[in-house]
Amino acid sequence: MKKILIACSAALFMMSCGGPEGGYQAKEGDETAEKPTIEEYDPHRGEGKFKDYQPSAALNASMAESGEKVYDLKCASCHKLSAEMLVGPGWKGVTERHSPDWILNFMTNTDAMLDKDPKAQAMLEICMVRMPNQNLSDDDAKDIFEFMRKNDGVK
Amino acid sequence: MKRMIIPVLSLTTAIFLLGITGCKPKNAGSAAAGDAASRVYVAPGKYDEVYNFVSGGFSGQVTVYGLPSGRLLRTIPVFSNDPQTGYGYSENTIPMLNTSHGFVPWDDQHHLEISQTNGETDGRWLFANANNTPRIARIDLTTFRTAEIIEIPNSAGNHSSPFITENTEYVVAGTRFSVPMDNDNGDVPIDTYKKNFKGTVSFIKVDPNSGNMDIAFQILLPGVNFDLSHAGKGPSHGWFFFSCYNSEQAHTLLEVNASKRDKDFIMAVNWKKAEEYLKQGRGQKQKVKYAHNVYSDDTHQATSTIKDEVIMLDATQFPDLVYAMPCPKSPHGCDVDPTGEYIVGSGKLAALIPVFSFSKMTKAIEAKDFDGDYEGIPVLKYESVLHGEVQKPGLGPLHTEFDGKGNAYTSMFLSSEVVKWSIADLKVLDRAPTFYSTGHLMVVGGDSKKPYGKYLVAYNKITKDRYLPTGPELNQTAQLFDISGDKMKLLLDFPTAGEPHYAQAMPAEKIAAKSLKIYDLMKNKNPFVTMGEKESRVERKGNRVDVYLTMIRSHFSPDNIEGIKVGDEVYFHVTNLEQDWDLPHGFAIKGANNAELLVMPGETQTLKWVPEVSTIFPFYCTDFCSALHQEMQGYIRVSPKGSNVPISFSLGKNSDATVEPEASK
Repeated sequence: MKKILIACSAALFMMSCGGPEGGYQAKEGDETAEKPTIEEYDPHRGEGKFKDYQPSAALNASMAESGEKVYDLKCASCHKLSAEMLVGPGWKGVTERHSPDWILNFMTNTDAMLDKDPKAQAMLEICMVRMPNQNLSDDDAKDIFEFMRKNDGVK
Repeated sequence: MKRMIIPVLSLTTAIFLLGITGCKPKNAGSAAAGDAASRVYVAPGKYDEVYNFVSGGFSGQVTVYGLPSGRLLRTIPVFSNDPQTGYGYSENTIPMLNTSHGFVPWDDQHHLEISQTNGETDGRWLFANANNTPRIARIDLTTFRTAEIIEIPNSAGNHSSPFITENTEYVVAGTRFSVPMDNDNGDVPIDTYKKNFKGTVSFIKVDPNSGNMDIAFQILLPGVNFDLSHAGKGPSHGWFFFSCYNSEQAHTLLEVNASKRDKDFIMAVNWKKAEEYLKQGRGQKQKVKYAHNVYSDDTHQATSTIKDEVIMLDATQFPDLVYAMPCPKSPHGCDVDPTGEYIVGSGKLAALIPVFSFSKMTKAIEAKDFDGDYEGIPVLKYESVLHGEVQKPGLGPLHTEFDGKGNAYTSMFLSSEVVKWSIADLKVLDRAPTFYSTGHLMVVGGDSKKPYGKYLVAYNKITKDRYLPTGPELNQTAQLFDISGDKMKLLLDFPTAGEPHYAQAMPAEKIAAKSLKIYDLMKNKNPFVTMGEKESRVERKGNRVDVYLTMIRSHFSPDNIEGIKVGDEVYFHVTNLEQDWDLPHGFAIKGANNAELLVMPGETQTLKWVPEVSTIFPFYCTDFCSALHQEMQGYIRVSPKGSNVPISFSLGKNSDATVEPEASK
């Protein structure tokens, strides 16, 4: 009987662990974002491609203008320019609440940050809707950030 | 002792054991292989090894399964409208189902072919035939959507289709039902079949970059029933082989009257020769009418164009264009082996399988080794073109596929089995019973130059007791076999949708890597797109009202609309502003007598709605999109005809809930 039990558990092991031989496996995501462990997580910077992003001291008006266009298309459904919350938080003061890296990373690496960033998770508890990944390019994100700065009074 | 152990076994182990002891095998061969459970188990979150595209028969659609799990991954609407996606109901897709007979929202979809380069599956497109109202569709394998449908004139029962040449130069179509040509007087007595009824085969050019189809030429042939076909490859590239039955030219009780002759034919068509004649301008232009429908992923709209001309080559006028190879008896499958040398005819009423040799055929043609002609088509001598016959293979051979190791696999309808045999010496090597009555079978890549082999699927016509009963109507069933060893091993049964005929499969990687995730909103060229909520609006022109509606988690803009009147033609142009994978939103409105829309991220789709009563109509999102999905709704006020309520629309202008309505005080 012992022998049979061993044989059965061996079969069980094979079945729960063994996929089809030669089965196709997709590569893990295609974003190049680094994946630090929890201990290394920097809540000030967030997680994603952006690190030490330095906006110019004065507003870049043409970037802000492009940013507004993307805002109208992809963001305005949920974010007002005032401090009032719609679906997501209003944008007034957003550039004072978060670092540039955090905002840029959250815009371009949304799902990963919603899964681990404490501030993003706290907002999710209030808004109850996961911010959509709106497939923004890095340049789109920078333009939107410039538009946020304009909205916050940077000249 | 066994009884004591069972409680400690997990469910998977129980299923595993059930495979051996649980069912009531009709004979030893009906039990699955001992390790079948582990061979088909694809763990949660893991991917299947192979995409299996399966024709839907009378459902008109194509289904996609993963192998070896047999999991249904997707149903692709092709020739039948589909209320769940809005295909054939949305203004964008209605033109896809246009034909010379008007809107035809159903068909009988029999055969599939994945596009090929150098005779190998390349995973760019999937071609599908419509048997009833003759059409060929091209499905784009980046979107898994029907990208194009072309109607075939001078045809009825487009059965021997949509098989392709080895670089997808052409996709073909052949008439199952011979008929008078479209431009001839068709008002003739049916018993003038021999005089007035003709068959055609059509060669449709496929643009190597866009995939767009265009009928290059048709070949006029005697009135018989063309059944199946396959292109030559390698040395036989340049030829196409069509099986045909009813060389008796019967037009009634074909069951008896078309089964009289010992041999019918496989017609060998030299399409390179046809190209030469075409270049010399020797084709005849014919007035016809057929629809060509194309869907654009840029405008998210289909257009339908009615074309009015084809070029016809009358085979009897070109003695070196088509040759008839005698084939016993009422042949069905017509399959070419991976080397391109052997052509297998499956005579469904024959007790043997004839295998023809391409090199012998070319020699016989050179030597003019003819046995007279059939209705003006030179008939080659059977013995001169024959490689050999598989003796006593089973009863009712229908279709043959190949594993690339010199073996062929033939489905036997009457004796319910798959028979493995060797092409070189025509010896039967193995038999596996099937449940029940296999029609088509498919080896992964089994009609290409380089079969992937490993798996074979039998698509069975009769299900009976294989699953829990579901009343008189049962889904059809497929059976997966492991063919990597000497003996075929049954691994899995899985139910299928519609009535599967032919199927195609290829390893998953190439297709999966190119799969589109979203439509880029920035590149949306739909004339009714709403680029952001700011542009959402309602416009009236006479009794036409255009609603430019946006959707994002979890609201519509606008969501309160007034000023619509009974009898207005309202067009909802719905744009999904999401740009994340797998976040469609649905749009449904009460009383709509067409369907819903399912709108993918970045896409615009339009639904027409004509309200018939004055009341408030709610609309809502049908696809559970977020925690606040149940809140994703709106209202439309419909006023009587002649009302002077002006068009107005809004989002977020809520009335004060604390003020009680007058009536309740």
